[in-house]
Order: sequence, then structure tokens, then C-alpha cells
Amino acid sequence: MINVKNLSKYYGDYPAVINISFELEKGDIVGLLGPNGAGKTTTMRVLTGFTPPTEGDVTIGGYDIIKDSLEIRKLIGYLPESVPLYLDMEVSDYLEFMGKIRGMSDSKIRKRLPEVIETIGLGEYRNVLVGKLSKGYRQRTGIAQAILHEPKILILDEPTIGIDPVQVIETRGLIKELGGNHTLILSSHILPEVSMICKRVLVIHEGKIVADDKPSVLSEKLKTSEQIELTIRSKNINEILKELRNFNFIIDARENLVNQITNKNDETINLIVEVKPENNAQEIIAKSVIEKGWGLVRLNSVPMTLEEIFMQVTTDEKPK
Amino acid sequence: MKNIFLIANKEIKTYIASPMAYIVAASFLAVTGFFFVASVSDAFAEASIRGFLAGAVFFLIFLSPAITMRLLSEEQKLGTLELLLTSPLKEAEIVLGKFIAAFSIILLMFLLTIYYTIILLIYGVPDIGPIFTGYLGLILYSAATLSVGLFASALGPNQLVSLVVGSGILTTLTFIDFIANRLSPNVAKILNHLQLGGSFSVFDQQSFGISEGGHFADFARGIISLGDITYYFSITIVFLMLTILILESRRWR
Repeated sequence: MINVKNLSKYYGDYPAVINISFELEKGDIVGLLGPNGAGKTTTMRVLTGFTPPTEGDVTIGGYDIIKDSLEIRKLIGYLPESVPLYLDMEVSDYLEFMGKIRGMSDSKIRKRLPEVIETIGLGEYRNVLVGKLSKGYRQRTGIAQAILHEPKILILDEPTIGIDPVQVIETRGLIKELGGNHTLILSSHILPEVSMICKRVLVIHEGKIVADDKPSVLSEKLKTSEQIELTIRSKNINEILKELRNFNFIIDARENLVNQITNKNDETINLIVEVKPENNAQEIIAKSVIEKGWGLVRLNSVPMTLEEIFMQVTTDEKPK
Repeated sequence: MKNIFLIANKEIKTYIASPMAYIVAASFLAVTGFFFVASVSDAFAEASIRGFLAGAVFFLIFLSPAITMRLLSEEQKLGTLELLLTSPLKEAEIVLGKFIAAFSIILLMFLLTIYYTIILLIYGVPDIGPIFTGYLGLILYSAATLSVGLFASALGPNQLVSLVVGSGILTTLTFIDFIANRLSPNVAKILNHLQLGGSFSVFDQQSFGISEGGHFADFARGIISLGDITYYFSITIVFLMLTILILESRRWR
């Protein structure tokens, strides 16, 4: 469906996107993840035909992005980051206009418009001026215009930015539902959002794709350390810490101060142990704790969150 | 073609719903009305719309860019241009649609001035020929000025800047004889051909601010000349094409 090959985009001398390649199949739900200024919006603008690539080939549905721009634009529904709307139009008039310039016939609009307004939850506001809507409802109107003409490809640039938490959850749900019918590309710098909605994540940093995988695989692959929460019934914390630090696979062991206060009375010690992956760390730790005769109350492996992975792949200090 | 109509239709609706068009129309009627009265209230005044035409020609230097300043600046400011340019629309369709909308509004405004002619018909015996050619000239002249205004509006997101730039270009074209006559005669000859129509002498009872050397003089006198028509057409088309080029250039940056 979408084929991006060695795409680069320079604004003057400034490289916004450098030599990225990826392929998307029909029905894919993909998240572009990266900090502000990473090149997400630029990538999307190239895909929508708004900005041409400086170098590289982009084909969408078999059409070339430069030669057949008009054909490609018919396939795409796009919500830019700024959610551009005509503030002096009523919601339904605005949507009707957007439908028309996307080449929908009057009869098709008449049939489709109430459906979309219903799906998006804009029913009460159909005759309200766009300028009077709250940010959340403007966002919905923006999504509505993107899906109205039933595009094969849906491109949403930061669709949940700047709206309140309840609306964020609603909007995410909405996007997830839409995913089934479209090839969906979504950009975000909010990581749980991407892992919730998308089946595949492209992590973009400084114009390059630094990771490309399923959210779950990504967290496996990029693990450089793993955290273990350990609760031991004992009084002598220093002895335990000393013992644990003897293992060469343990990077760090420290007291978990957060939980300690609540469990103060039952003479347990809470620890956080950071270990290198690919060891049977849990087994070895458990074995040694029991051999020492300490009471093992709890041993829990904490999976790394996307945030931490994200920090790792995008932090410059990271050895490559 | 259908897309041009879609854009035009939307813009006309926006004009009608916003106060700007009414403010522009009201001030246009006020200013041209003043010039009209000044030209016909003398003891031996001729029954013609020359005064109205002079006022219109002069005032449109500012009013045309005021009508068009919103058209493309606002799209850039709101970011809606990104939606238009990622829809299956050609730049030319967007520009022509917007131009037609502004042109329709200005024609509507001219329609309101028809009562000047009616007054002349009631109280005098006006020569219909120059009235007809005057309106024809005014329509061509307004197309040219709107096209310059639309071009200015494409330059950036600030409406005020669009207004000033648009009026600036039109003022330069209007007073180009003033500049030309201070240069060598050969350059002056060429530049004088570019003169838009108005002149400094807006309070002169003879010319009422229509420059003798400009392209409006013959229309006001009742003469249709191919040169004048070609001139206004050329200005209109050149600036519309420049506007389209500016929008297209966004794709190649």
C-alpha cells in the first residue's frame, strides 16, 4: 500500500528526515513515535503530498507521490497536527465542504455525513460554529473530515495533543475503532498511546528510524536491563545488599523507599534490583536468598515501559 | 471546473456571513457618493458618472486588497491551506475559486451604485454610452486590482501585511507616471504604459483623478480601446498566475 524508499527531506540545509525506508500493507496500524522535531510531521507531509521529498521514492497504492499526487490525495484522509478548521463555519457545513472538495457527490455526502457525525459523537454540535467548539470537539471535527470520504489511508498527526484526559481516552478509543477499516498512520510522542493503538511502531529520532517493530517485541529487543522487585523478611539490609552486589549480573541493588514506609511494621525489606538480561537472575537470586535463610516474601519482575525504551533508543549517550 | 465553483461558493458564503464585506461596501458607497455629488452639483456640471468612476478607481486601490486580504492569508494562518493542498484540488482551482468569489462580491457592490445613473436619468439627460463603457472599464479595472490583492494575500499569513502590500503595488502602478517622468524619456515611455488609471488630481474638477495617460481615461470618455482591455486583462492574468505559482512553490521547498 505504502512504499517509502530512502526518503530524505531537507529544509534548506537542515535535514528533517534522513534516508528512511518502510513499507506498509493494507490495514496496517502504525505509530510514528518520536520527540518533537524528530521528523514525524515531515514524514506525514511527504506522504500526503503536501511537501515533496528531496530524495527518495514514495509510492502509495502504486502511484508515485510526485507524478500522481492528485490520485494519491484521493486515497488519503489527513488530520494535520494543528487541526485546521474554518472557525466561521458550522460543523456540518464544514464537513460537507471538505467532503465536496474530496470529490464526494451530494447524494453520497447526504448518506455519509449523518453516519460520521454519529460515529464521532458530534450529533449535538452539528449546527454549532466550529470556532465555538471546545478543543476536544474541534479534534473530533478534524477526525471527522479525515474519515468522511472513506479514505483507504488515514494519517493522523498527534491526534490527542492538547485535549483533556477524558477526551484523550475517548479519542484513542475512536481511533482504535477506525483502525479496522483503514491503513492508519498515527504520530505521537505519548508512548502508551502508540502501544495501545498500534500494531507496529516506528521510532523516529533526529530524522532517522531508530527502531521498527511491534510494541511488545520492541520492549523485549531493546532491553538492556531488567528490574526485579524483591521483598525479604529480614532486619539486616546491609548484609543483603552486600550479598546481592556480589553477583556480576547485578547492575545495582537499592532499597525501594516507596514501599518501605507502608510495610514498616512487618519487618520486611523492599529492594529494587537492576540486572542484566539473559540470565536466570530471578532463580539465582531466589536460591541465594533461601540458602542464606532469609524469608523470601515476594520476587517480581518489572517489564520495562515504552517510555524507558524510548529514552534508550533516543538518548544520545547510549552506546551504539 | 466543479472545484472552482465549490471554492467560490464557500468564499461567497463566508463574505456574506462576515461584517467585512458590508463595511467595504458601505465605505465604497460613501466615498463614491461623495465624488458623484461633487461632480454633478456644479451650476454647469455635466450629467455623467465621471465623478463616481474617479472615486471608485481611486478608492479601489485600497478596497480591493481589503476584500481579498483574507482569502489566502487566513488559510495560511489557520493552517487550512494544508488541508486544501492535500485534497485532490489543483492550486489553480483554489486561486480561481477565490478570485471569482471576490469578483462576485465587487460586482454586487457595483450593482448598488446603479442609483447614481437613475438619479442622472431623472434629473438630466445623460449620455448612456460613457456610462456603459465606464462600468465596463470599472469591471475590468476591479478584476485587475483584485488579482493584485489576491497575490498579496498569498504571500503570508498576516492579513494586514497583505493589505499593505496589495495597496502598495496598486499605488505604485497608479502613480507610475510620477516616477516615470523623473527618469529618462525612453524608460518613461515604457513605464507610462503600465499606468493603472488613477492620478494625484482627485479633487481636480476636470479629471476627477482619472489620469489622462492611464488606461481608464478612454473608458470614462466613452471609448472602448483594445489596448486598455488588453492591459487590464494582462494585469489580472499575470497576478493570478503569480498567485498560483506562490502556492505551487510551497510544494517545491
